[in-house]
Amino acid sequence: MAKYLFLKHYRGAPASVNDVPMDQWTPDEVQAHIQYMNDFAKRLQESGEFVDSQALAPDGAWVRSDGEGKPPVTDGPFAETKDLIAGWMIIDVDSYERAVELAGELSAAPGAGGKPIHEWLEVRSFLTAAPKFTD
Amino acid sequence: MAAAAGDAVDEAQLRDLIPGVLAALVHRGADFATAEDAVQEALIRAVETWPNQHPDDRKGWLIATAWRRFLDLTRSDSARHRRETQVSNEPPPGPTAAVDDTLQLYFLCAHPSLTASSAVALTLRAVGGLTTRQIAQAYLVPEATMAQRISRAKRTVSDVRLDQPGDLRTVLKVLYLVFNEGYGGDVDLAAEAIRLARQLAATTDDPEVAGLLALFLLHHARRPARTRADGSLVPLADQDRSLWRRDLIAEGVTVLQAALARDRLGEYQAQAAIAALHADAQSADETDWVQIVEWYDELVRLTDSPIVRLNRAVAVGEADGPQAGLAALAELDPTLPRYTASDAYLHERAGDIDTATKLYVEAAAQAQNLAERNHLTLKAATLRQRLSGEGG
Repeated sequence: MAKYLFLKHYRGAPASVNDVPMDQWTPDEVQAHIQYMNDFAKRLQESGEFVDSQALAPDGAWVRSDGEGKPPVTDGPFAETKDLIAGWMIIDVDSYERAVELAGELSAAPGAGGKPIHEWLEVRSFLTAAPKFTD
Repeated sequence: MAAAAGDAVDEAQLRDLIPGVLAALVHRGADFATAEDAVQEALIRAVETWPNQHPDDRKGWLIATAWRRFLDLTRSDSARHRRETQVSNEPPPGPTAAVDDTLQLYFLCAHPSLTASSAVALTLRAVGGLTTRQIAQAYLVPEATMAQRISRAKRTVSDVRLDQPGDLRTVLKVLYLVFNEGYGGDVDLAAEAIRLARQLAATTDDPEVAGLLALFLLHHARRPARTRADGSLVPLADQDRSLWRRDLIAEGVTVLQAALARDRLGEYQAQAAIAALHADAQSADETDWVQIVEWYDELVRLTDSPIVRLNRAVAVGEADGPQAGLAALAELDPTLPRYTASDAYLHERAGDIDTATKLYVEAAAQAQNLAERNHLTLKAATLRQRLSGEGG
């Protein structure tokens, strides 16, 4: 019973095996990909392991405080930012091994030519709020 | 039916009746999955109607209401087929007493075919009587996910016959996991685990069940002193012992002593014995570390767990001095969780502040939870300040 975050990157992850940008796929291939992702989430809901899934727009801004009484400063987006998150899925599973197994399945979503993308997904574990009593 | 308008329903007391009610339905031939749904609905009805008119025989009322609901559910077309096949597999009405039925439910909900998270969820619902929403909130997952987890768990155990004796170890493990989760949402899971352990202890005379109950009580007693108002951790040595719940300690010690007198030692009794020695010390300095190390030796013998060996090394550091603790630690695998934190602590005790600081920083990066990471970071910062103060 631990939560893991799967991070999908627009940029920053090592190259996929089937490394063709999505805008060069056929419409059917795009459809098949979306269908796979929806089916995957649905399957996790049914197995009682799904927590959340969200996609992010690629554009964003950097924001920081500029001191009391002043509006925050915004900047960017910076084209040179190396790491760009595309979205995430959060799961609640019994083991790290199960998390890796599921990330592997998600990574095999179909892409160009209907072949699995084999993209790299980042798997991160959540820090829980409090320690167990036995700690 | 006696009317007693305006009485609020004591939910914990009400939920104590659940295993018996569910067992009664299953005994009459109801399939477990549908019976469980029916009992849950009867429970909701009870909470709604009892404040206005609560029955004298609460359990009887719940059984009658749940049974009617079960018949409604099975009459619906979708469930008819399942009912027909289930009732033909009806377990023979044996001479089993109600107490044994309750125990069988514990076994079923902790069945080895279930994953740990499924067993926990099913136990909290079918034995504990918590709603799916409450369980979902406690484990921070969407209600739909928890509903699926529970219904899958029910399907997994649907073919398990309730007349087979189960494994008490798996039941204890499930309760341990529930207790370990502590607070979640509006449900106090630790209190719930204690309630379930009490109920289990009343149905079986296994000394390890008593050991687990004692362990829960003794740890729960410390909870008011364990965290500050801001949620930060207070290590055992720094806790304000006047905040410890003396009533729970007294009960835990009594339960433990009765269990130990049976002379069938197990890991939960040994863990409870260690907790009892801490509870017994008026101040951290008065802790009987020598005896604690002896109990850890028992625990190592019983479990051969590397985590137990790690905790033992820290106890050795208290009993025989930090160098002895470090020597015990050096025999263990450095990749164990909390190895680095223990190493940092023992180095600090040994006066090697420089090394301790570095190790605390490293341990903070490895921490699995926020409260602990904050604690370790604070330790590193405090020692660093001390070092620069000494230097300048």
